[in-house]
Amino acid sequence: MSRVVVVTSGKGGVGKTTTSASFSTGLALKGYKVAVIDFDVGLRNLDLIMGCERRVVYDFVNVVQGEASLQQALIKDKRIPNLYILAASQTRDKDALTQEGVERVIEQLKEAGFDYIICDSPAGIEKGAQLALYFADEALIVTNPEVSSVRDSDRILGILQAKSRRAEKGEAPIVEHLVLTRYNPSRVEAGEMLSVDDVIDLLSVKLLGAVPESEDVLNASNSGMPVIMEDKSAASQAYKDIVERFLGEEIEHRFLTAEKKGLFKKLFGK
Amino acid sequence: MALLDYLLGQRKKKSANLAKDRLQILLAHERSERNAPDYLPKMREEILAVIAKYVDIDDEKLQISVDEANGFEVLELNLVLPEHNR
Repeated sequence: MSRVVVVTSGKGGVGKTTTSASFSTGLALKGYKVAVIDFDVGLRNLDLIMGCERRVVYDFVNVVQGEASLQQALIKDKRIPNLYILAASQTRDKDALTQEGVERVIEQLKEAGFDYIICDSPAGIEKGAQLALYFADEALIVTNPEVSSVRDSDRILGILQAKSRRAEKGEAPIVEHLVLTRYNPSRVEAGEMLSVDDVIDLLSVKLLGAVPESEDVLNASNSGMPVIMEDKSAASQAYKDIVERFLGEEIEHRFLTAEKKGLFKKLFGK
Repeated sequence: MALLDYLLGQRKKKSANLAKDRLQILLAHERSERNAPDYLPKMREEILAVIAKYVDIDDEKLQISVDEANGFEVLELNLVLPEHNR
């Protein structure tokens, strides 16, 4: 049975696309058939993060508007079998998406045997973001340990709980998962950053995983490779844990405490 | 420098605690607004109009909210009367 998962946050720049790319890649590496859809019409970027920007011929809007078939628009990932990308349109405006059109595409993906359909939401709470979450069964709430991001996540949680199809039909609510990104344990220990427990407390959402702030994320996006594939990186391991937990494995949380610094570094280093 | 920061840092108020306190208040407020029934603003206006017939009050002084307590929905009205009316 297919599951539709929205990756959302309200605030921009917190790591939605990075998370969508790594999460969908991780699920595909586990052997599932995965489609990841970029809902950010006019500002597409998922293709760039996943390294398939030169292979986009038809996009999500073309399929919604009936100008191309789903098979024509789905881009097969070159590295991982069973992973497909549906790019956003770069030239159209956000009104090009309609609820009926999005529903049709999601139904077609389900019929085509996709196990997971990942919806990479645009920032904000406007139509694009609402359409991205409307058909979701589960949601990854991507949040930075920072006041404006936490506030916007709370806002988007309210919309998940009130304006999704599940909410409108009175069905079981969307399953919410917190993904805390750009986490810096040493700043948390210094009392300069909200801790995981603080954010869980504030948002009342179960933690799926924390991803430590890492230089590897920028390096990975520079080269068009989801950071989860940089095996040695802490960010990669954090995303792999996230995928395992999402699939129901009980895995202890990692990367929540700072590496111990030596006395010399503590006194004279930064 | 790190040594100096370290020693000075002990005395500063931790900003993360400040962030949490501010967010707790803000989110509680925003959630109660979000969950408020649609008729609340209009009802508030009408109640204010009735009270204004008898007492000279400030618009801002009437707080109205719908809460849930022990399985009951409770409509809470809170109004502070001006000093000179007593």
